[in-house]
Amino acid sequence: MSIFVDEKNKVIVQGATGHQGVFHIGEMLNFGTDVVAGVTPGKGGEKVKNTPIFDTVQEGVDKTNANTSLVLVPARFAKDAVFEALDAGIKTVVVITENIPFHDAMEFVHYAKYKDAVLIGPNCPGIASPGKTKIGILPGSIFKKGNIGVASRSGTLTYEIVNSLKEKGIGQSTCVGLGGDPIIGTTFIDSLEAFEQDKDTKAVVLVGEIGGTAEEDAAEYITEYISKPVFAFIAGRTAPSGKRMGHAGAIIARGKGTAASKIKAFEKADVKLAKFPTDVADLVEEYV
Amino acid sequence: MKLFEYRGKELFKKYDISVPKGGLVENKKDLSKYTYPLILKAQVPIGGRGKAGGIKSADNINEAKENLNKIMGMDLRGYKVGKVLGEEKADIKEELYLSISLDRTRRMPLIMASSEGGMDIESVPDNKIYKEWINPLIGLQPFNIRSIVRKLRLEKDESKQVSKVLYKVYRLFRDYDCELVEINPLVITADKNAMAIDSKVIINDDSLFRHKDIIPEDVELTPLEKDAKDKGISFVQLGGDIGVIANGAGLTMATLDALNHFKGEGGVFLDLGGTDDPEKVKQAFGLMKKAKPKVIFLNLFGGITKCDTVAKGVKAVITKEGIDCPVITRIKGMNEEKAKDILKDAGLITATTLQDAAQQSSDLAEGK
Repeated sequence: MSIFVDEKNKVIVQGATGHQGVFHIGEMLNFGTDVVAGVTPGKGGEKVKNTPIFDTVQEGVDKTNANTSLVLVPARFAKDAVFEALDAGIKTVVVITENIPFHDAMEFVHYAKYKDAVLIGPNCPGIASPGKTKIGILPGSIFKKGNIGVASRSGTLTYEIVNSLKEKGIGQSTCVGLGGDPIIGTTFIDSLEAFEQDKDTKAVVLVGEIGGTAEEDAAEYITEYISKPVFAFIAGRTAPSGKRMGHAGAIIARGKGTAASKIKAFEKADVKLAKFPTDVADLVEEYV
Repeated sequence: MKLFEYRGKELFKKYDISVPKGGLVENKKDLSKYTYPLILKAQVPIGGRGKAGGIKSADNINEAKENLNKIMGMDLRGYKVGKVLGEEKADIKEELYLSISLDRTRRMPLIMASSEGGMDIESVPDNKIYKEWINPLIGLQPFNIRSIVRKLRLEKDESKQVSKVLYKVYRLFRDYDCELVEINPLVITADKNAMAIDSKVIINDDSLFRHKDIIPEDVELTPLEKDAKDKGISFVQLGGDIGVIANGAGLTMATLDALNHFKGEGGVFLDLGGTDDPEKVKQAFGLMKKAKPKVIFLNLFGGITKCDTVAKGVKAVITKEGIDCPVITRIKGMNEEKAKDILKDAGLITATTLQDAAQQSSDLAEGK
């Protein structure tokens, strides 16, 4: 098994005809993802990598039974795109787009909840269940099918960690990129809950960073509900207060969101912490 | 983008939220426009201005002129005062606190109010801060306003005033994509008016494209950081002397942390992002050179962006523009061997592991 996505996800790509869209449709098809359609208003009837392009999501859904959307449109059109997908009945929306105004994100995250849909991102690399599907822009080459679940607020750092797992022959059930924004749809807690229930996941790796209290909330949840071993890495131990460290969400504000607080919370919850990103694989290896 | 107090108050006026009579003052003529006592306030993006000597009250114009001379140009915790706001002193009966911010956990606007206004909200005990969350799809409803304002236990007229202010602040918060609107203190004047004595407004950078009336002026950034922002490069100046370039915010932070483990100190955070565009690589190194680090630590993981294409960009910049400090590189991922050869060829030091690279960079910066 896997969490959130598997081979049953039929993907429609919003923003399919741009440079990113064309490239990643190809990458996803290579990975084995069931990409069934693309949407770019005004380009209906065209094809990208043999995938039909539609003018609207509804049309794409009607013609192809797509149930999942990958949003690659520019930030200022992202809210509209997500609303359109949700209204067309899409039940899994993965939002890659960066720099979306957070008031927009707040609205579509709540609307997704109202529509009973899973929303991953924004500002995330996507999600991959090796051997089944990859929805997003994660490099396909780093994955290996297995039973470690990964949930992360960062992109490249996750690739680094997943790659080092693979080098040790340790595979993954699902790797979900949650996104680096302050407002995200799917959280550590949502992922932990799903990994706990997933029979094929034996242990979980969380990749956190400064800003907000998502790690502290996750730590409490782990103590209460999670029986599987959890490993973690936290980025930003040396980050200064009040500075936004690349990600919109990575900021220590008013004393909240420090790495020290997150590390303390994880230690209390018996989560095994890695000092360097490359150490995560060593810790997991000892366990397997 | 954090606005200066006076710009926040301009927005307040636009939303019909009362503020003291005043404006920016530069000379005696400006100071003669107002009724005394007049309060002069240094416009800097930090709290605790009063204690630091950045806020002074004057009973007459001569005193005000003296104050203006003292405040203008003074250094408040690293910020040089270039603008001073003059305001007529309000007759204050009561001081409250009101803010709307973003609750990241609930993913909703959060209203906070307290009867303990005028001091740092972090020093106010939790049980004296009242909170109300607003569903962004429904928006602020009258019941939300009632439920929080009643907790302030004000007189009827005053409650009405504060309720109106809250309604206007919420509109401002939503209309202008704010991360924070804080009024501390929100006062009740002797004639029972609600008035904003201070303003703290932060507008979400990512929304500026739809707020053409807001002139971008990030008061918290250093000149180099501003330059980087204009170029669309994620760049933060820090206290140390090692410049870190990596791809991805998390990896860049983790690299700085690794340096710290070997007693090295990061001086620059530069996130190259997912790019291998030679022009971007060139701009990144240009910015880094201006920050004058002792050592540059380049840490790349190649996934979609291939290691060798970034390495080619780096080599081109270094061969053409030159670099006057050692560059330690650590490359991992897609086509890493090719990339290492290219970087070695450009005269850069290639390390095998993150730890090794962090150790070498730290030692070099220390002069070992």
